[in-house]
Amino acid sequence: MADQMAAPAAGMSAPVAPRPNVLTSLLTYIGEIALLLGQAGRALGRQGVDGRDLLDQMAAIGVNSVSIALLTSFASGAVIALYFTPFLMQYGAGSFVGGVVGLAVSRELTPVLTGVVVAARAGSQIAAEIGTMKVTEQIDALRALAVSPIQYLVVPRVLAALIMLPLVCALADALGILGGYLVAVYQEQMPAALFPASIQQYVGPWDFLLGMFKTVVFGLIVALVGCHQGLKTEGGATEVGRATTNTVVLSIVLIYISNYLMAYVMFHKATGF
Amino acid sequence: MAGAEEASGRALIDVRDLRFQAGGRQILKGVSLHVMPGEIVCIMGMSGSGKTTTLHCIGGLTRPTGGEIWIGDAQIVGMTEDQLNGVRERMGMVFQYAALFDSLTVFENVAFGPRRRRRLPEDQIRAIVAEKLELVGLPGTENLYPSQLSGGMAKRVGLARAIALSPPVLLYDEPTSGLDPVVASVVDELIMQMRDKLGVTSLVVSHNITSIFRISDRIAMVHEGQILIEGTPEEVRASPDLVVQQFIQGRSHGPIEQARRLARLAEVRPPLHSEG
Repeated sequence: MADQMAAPAAGMSAPVAPRPNVLTSLLTYIGEIALLLGQAGRALGRQGVDGRDLLDQMAAIGVNSVSIALLTSFASGAVIALYFTPFLMQYGAGSFVGGVVGLAVSRELTPVLTGVVVAARAGSQIAAEIGTMKVTEQIDALRALAVSPIQYLVVPRVLAALIMLPLVCALADALGILGGYLVAVYQEQMPAALFPASIQQYVGPWDFLLGMFKTVVFGLIVALVGCHQGLKTEGGATEVGRATTNTVVLSIVLIYISNYLMAYVMFHKATGF
Repeated sequence: MAGAEEASGRALIDVRDLRFQAGGRQILKGVSLHVMPGEIVCIMGMSGSGKTTTLHCIGGLTRPTGGEIWIGDAQIVGMTEDQLNGVRERMGMVFQYAALFDSLTVFENVAFGPRRRRRLPEDQIRAIVAEKLELVGLPGTENLYPSQLSGGMAKRVGLARAIALSPPVLLYDEPTSGLDPVVASVVDELIMQMRDKLGVTSLVVSHNITSIFRISDRIAMVHEGQILIEGTPEEVRASPDLVVQQFIQGRSHGPIEQARRLARLAEVRPPLHSEG
């Protein structure tokens, strides 16, 4: 038997991949997400989307996240007013308070918070649902029935996110400004009329619209990351759990990175409005 | 193999030299088998032998690293997902744990193919679902959810879903695993009825020896990524191969146990045939 033992394969070496670091891993990941977006776009173009599935996902993504988004936005507007009202008033600049709250809420706080809230609430749900389907062979069952998992699962979720996030953001904007108003006027004793006048003077429709546009991008990120993590889950409950938490973390990281890029393009004085 | 050349000209499923590698391991090392129209062929083998991988490759769910798979006149290795969808309409697959869509009712599960793939009118879909559920012995269960079904019922709903569009080929992944002997024989009967009543060609992966010998027209054994034997139940029973005999008799001692130990030491296959 000993003379039949195979000698270890000598000489052949596989091509060596560069050592992964955070930057290459991130870029690879963004590439995979972009690929999934392309596949979803193609599936949408060729087979469309089921209206019922879309409505279900809009409810899951939008309606279920709305209350948390409203609450966090309200609290953020309130805390901005908390800091800035006494500070500005002591310099006689109370007429800036409404503008500061309005700009902070519409351009930055509410869009990013809405994105993060939806990532936590809906993104994790997407990953858990699809991940569980993957490990119980339901994704294979879809393919065996000649139905594309991209068309059936990914497209409705991505579209629902694109539609619902700006709507949730708009509602949350209102709550954020309301929170700022209530704190400025009732807690910090600022004259009530100053607040809306200040908003009218310093905050314009583009501030709200561009903020809402940011959430379209965030929604895309959350839905794609959730679907991607779910679809590549392998194993059992532990891996599904890991896919869920990875979705939230990765979504938030990508939201913050894209937020900076968009903020620069949209609002920085070098390029913006 | 006698008759393979002339047989494979008319085979409905023809697998030639299938190879599959994953995680640095060669799982399938050149598997060849064929299934004639209207036959039930069972693939048996040890856990990890590659039999489920073979089935998944035939169903187009796993991409092999080499070889050819002919389903009728379509060679599916190398096809894109879109092209595979065209072939998948001719195949139904029944999964080991049924893999029913748990957020949908039994009706919606069985109606899935007719609705999503063919977009048939609703009244036609209702008729199809009722007919298929009747065929598998589960009439009137349309409004139940998968969580409310027993293992045997779930498997049968999975079968109803697979045959909803009356495909000529059915692939079964361990159809009787986890089922008690009585329900297992109900499932066996169903598999045979699919052949007898619908003329379906079936490929069944199993390690349930009783079922295999009950339903098969021919049996193939996969061992360590290759086909060890392919023949009628009588031929398999009479095989002098010690590995085959250990498997079909379900003995814990024999060349298979030795093979596992040896394989860990070196890349050597154990002797296949007894001396003298």
